Amino acid sequence: MTKKPKVFLFVPYLLWLALFVIIPLFLILYQSFFDIHGQFTFGNIVEYFTSGTYLSMTLSSFFYAFLITLVTLVISYPAAYLLTRLKRKQLWMLLLILPTWINVLLKAYAFIGIFSQSGSVNDFLAFIGVGRQQILFTDASFLLVATYIEIPFMLLPIYNAIEEIHPSYVSASRDLGASQWETFRRVIFPLSLSGVRSGVQAVFIPSLSLFMLTRLIAGNRVITLGTAIEQHFLVTQNWGMGSTIGVVLIIIMVLIMLLTGERKKGAAK
Amino acid sequence: MMEKRSFKWANLYLVFVFLLLYAPIAYLIYYSFNAGGTMNSFTGFTWEHYQAVFEDTRLIRIALDTLKLALSSALAATIIGTFGAIGIYYVKKRRTRNTLLSFNNILLVSPDVIIGASLLILFTMVGFQLGFTSVFLAHIAFSIPIVVLMVLPRLQEMNDSMVTAARDLGANSFQVLSRIILPSITPGILAGYFMAFTYSLDDFAVTFFVTGGGFSTLSVEIYSRARQGVSLEINALSTILFLFALGLVVGYYFIQQGLEKNKRKRTAVKDPTNHEKAVSPR
Amino acid sequence: MKKLTLMAVAVLALSGVLHLASVQLDRAGGATDGNTFYFYNWGDYIDPELLEKFEEETGYRVVYETFDSNEAMYTKVQQGGTAYDLVIPSEYMIDRMIQEDMLMELDHSRIEGMDNLVKDFLDQPFDPGNRYSIPYFWGTLGIVYNETLIDGESLDSWDDLWSPALKESVMLIDGAREVMGLSLQSLGYSLNSTNDQALQEAADKLDGLVPSVKAIVADEIKTYMIQEEASVAVTFSGEAADMMWENEKLHYVLPEEGSNLWFDNMVIPKTAQNPDAAYAFINFMLEPENAAQNADYIGYSTPNEAAMELLPEETISDEQFYPSEETMDRLEVYENLGPEYLGIYNDLFLEFKIQRN
Repeated sequence: MTKKPKVFLFVPYLLWLALFVIIPLFLILYQSFFDIHGQFTFGNIVEYFTSGTYLSMTLSSFFYAFLITLVTLVISYPAAYLLTRLKRKQLWMLLLILPTWINVLLKAYAFIGIFSQSGSVNDFLAFIGVGRQQILFTDASFLLVATYIEIPFMLLPIYNAIEEIHPSYVSASRDLGASQWETFRRVIFPLSLSGVRSGVQAVFIPSLSLFMLTRLIAGNRVITLGTAIEQHFLVTQNWGMGSTIGVVLIIIMVLIMLLTGERKKGAAK
Repeated sequence: MMEKRSFKWANLYLVFVFLLLYAPIAYLIYYSFNAGGTMNSFTGFTWEHYQAVFEDTRLIRIALDTLKLALSSALAATIIGTFGAIGIYYVKKRRTRNTLLSFNNILLVSPDVIIGASLLILFTMVGFQLGFTSVFLAHIAFSIPIVVLMVLPRLQEMNDSMVTAARDLGANSFQVLSRIILPSITPGILAGYFMAFTYSLDDFAVTFFVTGGGFSTLSVEIYSRARQGVSLEINALSTILFLFALGLVVGYYFIQQGLEKNKRKRTAVKDPTNHEKAVSPR
Repeated sequence: MKKLTLMAVAVLALSGVLHLASVQLDRAGGATDGNTFYFYNWGDYIDPELLEKFEEETGYRVVYETFDSNEAMYTKVQQGGTAYDLVIPSEYMIDRMIQEDMLMELDHSRIEGMDNLVKDFLDQPFDPGNRYSIPYFWGTLGIVYNETLIDGESLDSWDDLWSPALKESVMLIDGAREVMGLSLQSLGYSLNSTNDQALQEAADKLDGLVPSVKAIVADEIKTYMIQEEASVAVTFSGEAADMMWENEKLHYVLPEEGSNLWFDNMVIPKTAQNPDAAYAFINFMLEPENAAQNADYIGYSTPNEAAMELLPEETISDEQFYPSEETMDRLEVYENLGPEYLGIYNDLFLEFKIQRN
C-alpha cells in the first residue's frame, strides 16, 4: 500500500481507544484481583472456574446467545435479500429500523401484554380452539423477544452487503445460464458474507451479556452472565467478582472475533 | 410466470416481518388512548394522556434532550469511527489489525453496568462535572465500535486498485479520501450512524451512571418510573415521537428521491466505483 | 462526500434547534446556585404539583433527578460528580450510608413537624434517634393473591407458599434479602440472621419452593398480577396497593410469621451544596396537608399521623396497609449485614434461581 490518507484523522479514534477502552480495561482487570475487603486475591478467578453456578451460567449464556443469533440470522437474511429487490427498498429498510427507536422497556411491556394469559395471542389461540397456553416465561417467548430486539442489527449489514453487489454480476451469472437458485448460491450469498459476519458479531457479542429481558420475559428462568455482573456491581457491591466475569466475557469475545474474523485478504475475493 | 409467483410469496414474507416488528408498537399506540390506566384491558377512548404530555414540560424537555443527544453523539461517533475503520484497514500487519479490532469490540461485549461504572470512576477521577457533556462523551464512546463494525466490511469490499490508480494519476490523499474511499463506503457510514443513533436512544445504564446536574434522557426516566409503574403518558409521548420519526423518514426519503432524480438528469453515469467494478474481473 | 457533508450539517442544525427548544423549556433557567434545589428520588415518587407548590412557597428551583434502585443511587452519590441536596433511599441503604459517613447529621432545631410522625416509625435501629433521616413513606412485604385463581386456598402465612396446590403459580420478587428472608421467617428465624446453619436451612427449604415458582421478576410483577398472569405474588405493600387499584380481585396479606418493614426516608448527603433548601423541603413534606396529598397520589402508606387524618377513612382503616400494633410487633426492619453476608445471601439466592433451569 502507498501512503496512508491523512494519518491525523486516525488520531481521535486512537485517543478514544486509549481513554475509553484501554484505561477502563485496566481498571476492570485491576479490580478483578480484589475481594470484597479490598484485599489482593486470585480467589475470584478460582471461584469462577470451580463454581458450578458460574460455569453453568456461562454455558447457558453461550447457548442462548447462539440461538438468538441463529434465529435472528434465519429471519433477517431472507428479509434483507427480498428487500433489495423491492422498488422503494431504502424507504422500506428505514421503516424496518424505525421500531428500534422506541424504548426497549416499553416494548417489553407491550410483549408482556401480547403474550399474557389474557393477551391477544392467547385470545387468538382460544378462538381457533387450541386453548390458552402459557407463553410468557418460556424459552420460546424469550427467544422471540430477544430476536425481535436484535433483528435490525443483523438486517442492516446484510442488506448493505447484498445491495453493494453489482447487478452486472447477477446478470452475468444469468447470462451464463445459471438458475435463480444457483445465482444466489454462487454469486449473491458468497458476496454477502461480509455483511453476515458483521451482523453476527453485532448480535452474538451483546447477546452474551443480555440481562433485562431474562427477567422481564423469561422470569429469570434464563440466567446469563450479564445478570450475574449486574448483581455483583449493584447489589452485592462485589466489584471484584463482577469484574472477573467481565474479563471472562472479554476473553470469549476475542476468541469469537478470531473465529469469525477476516480471512486472509484476497481469499474471499 | 414462475418468477412472478415467487415474488408474491416473497412479499408475503416481508409483510410477516413487518407485522412482527410493528406489533408491539401498534400495541403501545393503541393503549395510549386507553381511558383505563394500564396497558391491560381497553376501557374507553381518551386524549387525556396526550394532554398530560403537553402539560409536563419536564418530560418534553427530557425528550428533546434525548433526541439532541442521540443525533449529535451519533454524528461524532460516526466521524471518529469511520476514520478509525479506515485507519484499521490500512494497518499493514494482520495481527495488529486483529488486536485493534478486539480492543474495538470490548465495549460491545461489556455489559452496560460495567461500562457505566468504569466511566463514572473515570470521570470523577479527573474531576469532570457530570452533566450533558459527560453523557455526550459516554455515548460517543460506546457507539464508536458499532460504527467501525459497519464501515469495515465496506472497506474490505472496496477495490484497492481504484486507490492505486487515483494515486498514479496524481491525486493527493485528501482527494483519494473524498472522491474514492468515502463514496464507496457511504452505505456503511449511514448504517453506522443509524446504529449509533439507536444505541444512544436505547441506552439506560451508562447514561444513568454518568449523568447529573438535572440532565436526563427518556430511557433513564422510563426505567426509574418502573417501580411506581410506567404510566400511559409515556405511551403517548412515545407515540408522538414515533409518528414524528416516521414523518421525518418518509419526508427525507421523498426529498432525497427528488434530488437524486434531478441529479441523474444532469449527469448521466459519473460514479467511478461502479464503472471500475463493472470492468474489473475480480 | 458532498452528500455526507450535507447530512452532517442537517444533523447539526437539527440538534441546534432541539437545544434551543430545550433551553426555552428549562424551568431552572436563570437559577443561581443559591436557589437551586437538587432532589434525587425514585421516578414518579412525588406528586409533581407538590414540587410546583414548593417552588412557589419557598422560591427555590427544583431540579428533579431520578434513580431506579438504591444500589445505583448509592454508587452515584458515593462517586460524586454531582451534588444532590436531598435523596430518598430505603432503610438498609441509609444504614450503610451512615456507616460510610456519607450523610449529613440533621439539625433537629431546624426541622418542624416531627411531632406529626407516628412515634413507632422514629428511632429505628438503622438510624437511632433519627439523626440522619426523616421518614417519607413506609410499607411491608407480603403476599398478593387473586381470589378467583386460587380456588379457595387459604393464604395467610409464608409457609402456605409451599402448598402443592400452588404449583407453578407463585411470582417472587427478584431480591435476595426478600426471598431468603421469607424462607428464614417461615422457619422462625430472623430475616437478619447471620447464622450459617439457619441460612443453609433456609436455602434447603427454598429448594422445595422451586415447583411453586412461576417466575422471579421485579417491578413488572405489578403488570403481571393486574393481567392475572399468576395467582400469587410476593411483593411490597406499595406495589400491592397499585395492583389492587387496577384489579379488584387482588388482595394483600401480611404473613403470620411476620414480615419485613421498610422505610424510604429523606436524607441529606454530605456532598449537598444547598442544605438550606433540603431543610425547607423536609419541613414542607412534614406538613400534614402536603404529606396527605402525596400519599393520595402515590398510594403508599404515609408515616405522618396528622396526614392520616386527612386521608379517606377507607384508606386508613385498611389493616393490611395500616396494620394494628400487634401485627407491627412482628415486623422486622432489614439491618445492614455487611458485604460478606450480603454476598452469602446473594449466592444462596442465585443457586436457587439457577436450579429452576
